[in-house]
Amino acid sequence: MTPPQLLTSASVLIVAGKGGVGKTTVAAALAVAASAAGLRVLIVDVEGRASMPAAFGTDPLTYEERALVDAASDHAGVYARTVTPDDALLDYLNERGLQRLSRRLVSTGLLDVIATAIPGIKDILVLGKVKQIERSGLFDLVIVDAPAAGHAITFLRSASGLLDAVGGGPINAQAQEVQNLLTDSDRCRVLLVTIPEETPVNELIETAYNLEDRVGVALGPVIINGVHPDLPGLHDDPETAADQAGVALVAGEAEALSSAAEFRLARTAVQQEQLDRLANELPLPQLRLPDLFTSTLGRAEVDVLAAALSEQFIADDARGRR
Amino acid sequence: MSLSEVVASSRVVVCCGSGGVGKTTTAALVALHAAREGRRSVVVTIDPARRLANALGLDHLSDQASVIPGPWPGEMHALMLDTKATFDGLVQRYAADRTQAERILTNRFYANISGSLSGTQEYMASERLYELAIEDDYDLVVVDTPPSRNALDFIDSPQRLARFLDHRIYKVLINPSKGPIRAVNLAAAAVTRSLAKVVGADVIGDAIEFFRAFDGMEEGFARRADRVDALMRESTTSFILVASPKADTVVEAGYFADRLGELGIDVKGLVVNRMQPAFEFTTDRPELAGIAVRARAETLAGTPLGDLYTALADARQLAAAEEGHLVGIAEQVAPAPVVRVPIQPGEVNDLVALDHLADLILGTVPNG
Repeated sequence: MTPPQLLTSASVLIVAGKGGVGKTTVAAALAVAASAAGLRVLIVDVEGRASMPAAFGTDPLTYEERALVDAASDHAGVYARTVTPDDALLDYLNERGLQRLSRRLVSTGLLDVIATAIPGIKDILVLGKVKQIERSGLFDLVIVDAPAAGHAITFLRSASGLLDAVGGGPINAQAQEVQNLLTDSDRCRVLLVTIPEETPVNELIETAYNLEDRVGVALGPVIINGVHPDLPGLHDDPETAADQAGVALVAGEAEALSSAAEFRLARTAVQQEQLDRLANELPLPQLRLPDLFTSTLGRAEVDVLAAALSEQFIADDARGRR
Repeated sequence: MSLSEVVASSRVVVCCGSGGVGKTTTAALVALHAAREGRRSVVVTIDPARRLANALGLDHLSDQASVIPGPWPGEMHALMLDTKATFDGLVQRYAADRTQAERILTNRFYANISGSLSGTQEYMASERLYELAIEDDYDLVVVDTPPSRNALDFIDSPQRLARFLDHRIYKVLINPSKGPIRAVNLAAAAVTRSLAKVVGADVIGDAIEFFRAFDGMEEGFARRADRVDALMRESTTSFILVASPKADTVVEAGYFADRLGELGIDVKGLVVNRMQPAFEFTTDRPELAGIAVRARAETLAGTPLGDLYTALADARQLAAAEEGHLVGIAEQVAPAPVVRVPIQPGEVNDLVALDHLADLILGTVPNG
């Protein structure tokens, strides 16, 4: 099968969003959908968190890549690794024959001074490593699970900021290469994730404009996580609905059903308001993922969300061809 | 002890937890509750969501405390942490004279410290807390901690910054040929030179200039850090964990409780925001109240009654999963009270909604 257009539009997809919106879940689902569509995928975790390996039931990620989904007839494979600033710095110096310097930096505490003297240097090193992985051509798609929203802007602005601050030298060259990657829409897109609630939507809109205007990155579709599936029957009275279905309700049941319906409708109304507002204020396509009404993220949940994404990709591509 | 009793016996309340769990709102509610009980409270927020700020009447929220008008016998104040202004204030306080302060405040490396040195925001939050608790006459200071991954940052950040400013390496940077460990210093100076080749000499120059200007002030910072540390350990300082009932935020809350425990600090309360109600009902046929709800939703799928059962089954499924996550953390923080706050159907964006939430979390005002 031909992989969907979104997944082949760029070789690096950076997934960013405020804490608590399920950014890691979305990155995992995207990776599984891409692998199922025939792409060999690498997930890069920049913070070394526990939630990504938990989603696949594996041990914590390390600087060495590991398979989360093995390559098989129906999967091209999902691999994952961390790229943390300290490891990236040591890599950077070692590749330039400066092992002794790198050891000293760590042992003297000078590393903190450098990081303070050049804000953003850690982010440049991380993104530089991502660029190197992209250039290696070992993967069809690199998915970066970015830091939480406020930090995502700092993270992605690090290169342009550093170009202003540091005049020349190797670090400047590194920043330039990172900036080239970020601003080339054929190589890199940023996918912003949110949930349909007021504060996360506000932050997403702000982040989107910030990233476009101040970093110059290309934004892919907005991914909205946790959208309630439509249940039209919630407007019906439980007693009447039970009579129609020939079901007898026990004491208190009708009341519980109508309280649950009322609560759900109120939450869904808030969601709809925010989805509409997002569509009005941010002219980007939307991908919607269903609320699974579970607070645990495991492989089963990731697969359901990956399937939901694949369906929307297929629908979008069909529209695109018409 | 209930959470409102904890707050009543505290002079400082620190709200900790990961980002996006309603920490700022909870901090505001604790301050509001104190004002309702006739106390003079102030809440230090880090980055309030716009609607919460508006709800508090804080369009012009600044580094200086402003009064939140409301129908309570006490007083509620709020301010937003300005990391740089707070740091500037500390520099001015500990500088020997105006010239030294100026040299530091205009240094490029110094400007980066307030923006990028990890822990600076945490440090300034605890510094501001100290100023308000000790130097101003508030009955209660509530502070909302930054949403940093390392929950400990808030507590040990003053010490960490003091260490940063007093590191042996800076003395080396300032004067490589002096001191009892000259050989080590010379080696370090060689490192500095190679480094300058990689990152640029002007960058290193700024850093050296900063530490030269800072010379002599690090002691003042270290003493201050000790006093802030002591305040954190007072019996009238209460740490309240804030979480949402999701697996990952509960794990982070547990980690934070562990770390506090290692520091000899007890968690005084756990607030779990945004809990899903289960819509339980009592029936003489209990088998119908549990799993049967999902089975019915599936059998009746596509009919109005099926939709109604689906909403109930979804609510119960989520509520049960959430309760499951809380078992371990509740035992861990015991005997601290665990307050479950049901998710509000609408947005919390005005004083009426805040007032209602304060009732839910802290109980209504006695005789009020």
